[in-house]
Amino acid sequence: MLEITNLHATVGGPDKPTPILKGLTLSIPAGEIHAIMGPNGAGKSTLANVLGGKPGYDVTEGSVTFNGQDLLALDPHERAAAGLFLGFQYPVEIPGVSNVQFLREALNSQRKARGEEPLSGGEFLKLAKDKAGLLQMDMDMLKRQVNVGFSGGEKKRAEMVQMGILNPSFAVLDETDSGLDIDALRIVGAGINSIMRSPDKAVLLITHYQRLLDVVKPDKVSVLAGGRIVETGGPELALRLEAEGYDTVMA
Amino acid sequence: MAEGATLTLPTRRDEAWRYADMDGVARIGVDALDAWQDIAVAAGESITRCMIVGSDAPELHRFRVKLGEGATAAFFVTNAGQDYTRVELEVHLAKGAHFEFGGVTIGGGDATREFVTQVTHAEPDATSNQTIRAVHWNTGTGNFLGEIKVARDAQKTDAAQDFKALLLEAGASANAVPQLEIFADDVKCAHGATVGELDESARFYMMARGLDPATVQRLLVQAFIGDAFVALADEAEHERLLDAALSALEGAKL
Repeated sequence: MLEITNLHATVGGPDKPTPILKGLTLSIPAGEIHAIMGPNGAGKSTLANVLGGKPGYDVTEGSVTFNGQDLLALDPHERAAAGLFLGFQYPVEIPGVSNVQFLREALNSQRKARGEEPLSGGEFLKLAKDKAGLLQMDMDMLKRQVNVGFSGGEKKRAEMVQMGILNPSFAVLDETDSGLDIDALRIVGAGINSIMRSPDKAVLLITHYQRLLDVVKPDKVSVLAGGRIVETGGPELALRLEAEGYDTVMA
Repeated sequence: MAEGATLTLPTRRDEAWRYADMDGVARIGVDALDAWQDIAVAAGESITRCMIVGSDAPELHRFRVKLGEGATAAFFVTNAGQDYTRVELEVHLAKGAHFEFGGVTIGGGDATREFVTQVTHAEPDATSNQTIRAVHWNTGTGNFLGEIKVARDAQKTDAAQDFKALLLEAGASANAVPQLEIFADDVKCAHGATVGELDESARFYMMARGLDPATVQRLLVQAFIGDAFVALADEAEHERLLDAALSALEGAKL
C-alpha cells in the first residue's frame, strides 16, 4: 500500500539544508499496523511531515508510492483525498473556526475530489456524533473552535475523532500517545483499532512507548535511527527496546 | 469650516488624510467633500446601520452621529472598494451613550480603503468599541485612523479600539493611526494594532485534512474578520456583510 524507497529529505530550505532522512526504505502492505520507534532526532517526525507534504521539508532523493501513485507529486489536500491521514504530534489551534464546520468542509472536499456526493448537514452530524462517541468525546467539544482551549489529551482525542470522520485508508500517526493519561491512552488505542484495523487499511504508528502498543498491538515494529530503518521485527522488538534501550538493541 | 469659505481639497499634511489616495480624493471632487450625512439618536434610542461600500469608482461616505443620553449607535461596514473608498464617522456621545463600530476593509488591486473615526466622549459614563479588520493582497491598502477625544468632565469613559490586518502577500499594506486626546482622569482607553500573515501551520493542518488552498484561505479569513461583526446580532445582516467580504476574496493570491 505504501512503498518508501531510499528516501532522502532535508529541512531548513535550499539555503541551509540539513539532511534528516538518509536512505529510508519501508514497505507497509494493506492490513498492517507498523510501529516506528527510535531515539530523539532520528527523523520520525520528519518522516511523518514528508509523507504529509509539509512545506519546508524537501525530498532530495528516493520515492514514495501510495497505492501505486506517486505520493510526493501530490499537494497535501490531494494526499488527504487519496486516503492519507496525518495525525499531528501537536494539533494546531484554529480560532474562529468550529470543529463541525472544519470537518464537514474537509470531508466534503475529499468526497468532491473523489467524485462522491457531499454529505448533508444532518448526515454529517450523525457521523460526527457516532465517531465522537467512539472516542468518548462530548459532542459539545465538536461545536467549539478547532483545538482552542483543548488540553493536550483532548487534542489527541480530537485527532482520532477527525480520523474516524474522514475514514482514511492509511494513517500516519505521529506520537499520538504523547500527552495522554492512562485512561485516554486506552480510549485512543481502542479508537485506532476500531477505525483502522481492517484488511484494506494500514497504519504507520510513530511512538516512543510500549504502552500504546499494548493496546494497538502492531504487526511489525521498525527502529528508525540516523534517518534510516536499522531493524525491523515483530511486536517482540518493541518489548526488547523497552527493556534494553536503543543503544543495546542497535549495537 | 466657516460659512462661505471656499472649499479646497485636503492634503496629506492633514492628519486625517495622511494615508489617503490623493488621486482618488481629487476624482471624488471638492463638492462631494462637504456631503455629510447627519444622524441624531435621541436619548435612550438605538440605531444599527449595516453597509457594504465600494465599487469601481472612488467613494466617500461621511457620517456625523450625535448620540443623546443613554443612546446607542452601531455601525457595521464592509469596505470592499476596487477604487479609493473612505468611510468617515464623527461621533459625539452624551452621558451613558454607546457607540459600536465593526469595520472590514478587504481587497487587492492597488486601491486604498480606509476607515476614519473621531469619537468624542463629551460627558461621563459613555462607552465606545471599535473593531477593524483589514485583509489585503496585490498592492492593496487598508487604513484605520481612529481618534478618541475625552472631555474634561467625561469621567468613567470606556473607549476601545482594536485593529488587525492580514496581508496575503508582500506588497499589500496596512496603516493604523490611533490618536487619544484625554482630558478626564478616570477613564479607560484601550487600543491595539497588529499586522500579520496567514498562519502557515493552520494552513498546512487544514490542507492535511483535505481542504483545498482556496477553501483554507476563505475559512481563515472568515475567522479573522469575524471579530468585526461579533456585536451584530441580526443574523441576515451579519451574513450579508460577511458574504460581501468573502466574495471580494475570490481571485486573491493563495
